[in-house]
Amino acid sequence: MTTYYTQDHEWIEVDGDLGTVGITDYAQGQLGDITYVDLPEVGAPVAKGAAPCVVDSVKAASDVFSPVSGTIVAVNETLADAPELVNTDPETGGWLFRVTLSDPAELTGLMDKAAYEAFVKDL
Amino acid sequence: MTEGAPERCANSERGLCVSESIEDLDEAPPAAETLPLDAWHRARGGRMVEFAGYWMPVQYEGIIAEHLWTREHAGLFDVSHMGQLVLSGEGLDAALEAVLPIDLSTLRLGQQRYSFLLDEDGGVLDDLMVQRWPEAVYLVVNGATKWDDMAHLREALPDAINLNYLDEHALFALQGPEAAAVLERHATGEHPLSALRFMRFGVFELAGVPVTISRSGYTGEDGFEISLPGDAAEQIAELLGAEPEVKPIGLGARDSLRLEAGLPLYGHDLSPETSPVEAGLGFGINKRRRAEGGFPGADRILAELASGTARKCVGLALDGRQAAREGAPVFSGNKLVGIVTSGGFSPSLERPIAAAYVAGAHVAHGTVLEIEVRGKRLTATVTALPFIPHRYCR
Repeated sequence: MTTYYTQDHEWIEVDGDLGTVGITDYAQGQLGDITYVDLPEVGAPVAKGAAPCVVDSVKAASDVFSPVSGTIVAVNETLADAPELVNTDPETGGWLFRVTLSDPAELTGLMDKAAYEAFVKDL
Repeated sequence: MTEGAPERCANSERGLCVSESIEDLDEAPPAAETLPLDAWHRARGGRMVEFAGYWMPVQYEGIIAEHLWTREHAGLFDVSHMGQLVLSGEGLDAALEAVLPIDLSTLRLGQQRYSFLLDEDGGVLDDLMVQRWPEAVYLVVNGATKWDDMAHLREALPDAINLNYLDEHALFALQGPEAAAVLERHATGEHPLSALRFMRFGVFELAGVPVTISRSGYTGEDGFEISLPGDAAEQIAELLGAEPEVKPIGLGARDSLRLEAGLPLYGHDLSPETSPVEAGLGFGINKRRRAEGGFPGADRILAELASGTARKCVGLALDGRQAAREGAPVFSGNKLVGIVTSGGFSPSLERPIAAAYVAGAHVAHGTVLEIEVRGKRLTATVTALPFIPHRYCR
């Protein structure tokens, strides 16, 4: 399993052709208290760069962009009652949706953990 | 008073919104200025954003925690971006009554009142607080509008009226049920602080620093607003911040607190496109002025007071957890009947709430409407304002 990061502060953990997507700890810290997550429909197609998911904080609603194209195969149902998991556990328990990758080549161009940490440090 | 809007996302079109500037990225804004308490905010872990041309703390430990702390204890807000103006000169009352719908003949020394600057059409140019000082009137205006306000006042007032901008003064608010106990420990003056009731002010000293304290605020809680010399800002923030009941509170919680309290935010719930009557602020048109008129937009405003307005600002309580934001359309069935002007998650009610301008046929409390958010319809019920009862010390 490898985890990749986007410049929009999403992470995707890839296992074969299955990717699990969430937002980074940096992103949750910037957004502040998360009060609601609008999750996509299971079975819906998603294109790389589309916004299938919205994270609501006290301050604002923010799009979460899919790092890859594919089909949504699962969403994190626990967030319906506990959206704050995205704050407290953003990179594991606070995952948002799972997607089957239609084009794994889209992963090239994403950052690895070290590159993302360096990217965030410069912000 | 108004203000405290948290940032809108400048880069929300692409990627998670992590920019907090409200500035338009296409036009390089003038560099934001720092306020007297800047270093103190940063040392306390405040996340600083540009707001109204200044670096301001949007949050410290988190908006919900800060919001609830203020409702239960006492929150210290730095609102030094707001404009503090002192007007004086021969014929001051008459001159000011030509620009404000206030009755200054009933505003006595030590009293404070809410009013608005109106344009010729009765639109709101700003909302403000007015204090009667000896031989002067003191105004607190919004930070984002203060330069326009000063230009408007200078233009509208005769040359005999002096307009003095207290740009070296800081302004704090200490808000919450424990604010009075905290401030009484430190305030000395001619009268005890406890003698000060809601919308009254007096001159006091805090640790030897001369300050003007009013019993007022923007949270719906009992509390105080403290005008002080900017060079004493850090000393006074340290003094109050060291009290166990007090935590520093950012602009984010300031906005959620005022929304729960049903208090309007200028530039959002109030603008030149809204009249004070539509906004539900008819109390700001004082009795004698209703009879006599003679203020900007009086024709429209007096007609609205007599026969009502086509739309009204109402509170909406939303079902579910998804918030509606400014600009979201409000529907009754398929009919567009209004627009949200402020919206967010209420930490105290643990549900989303909003303020919206809604057509008169749909403003009765209990009316069920729908708000469109990102293509979805959210159910919302017209609710009496404030959402959370005021706890002023009257």
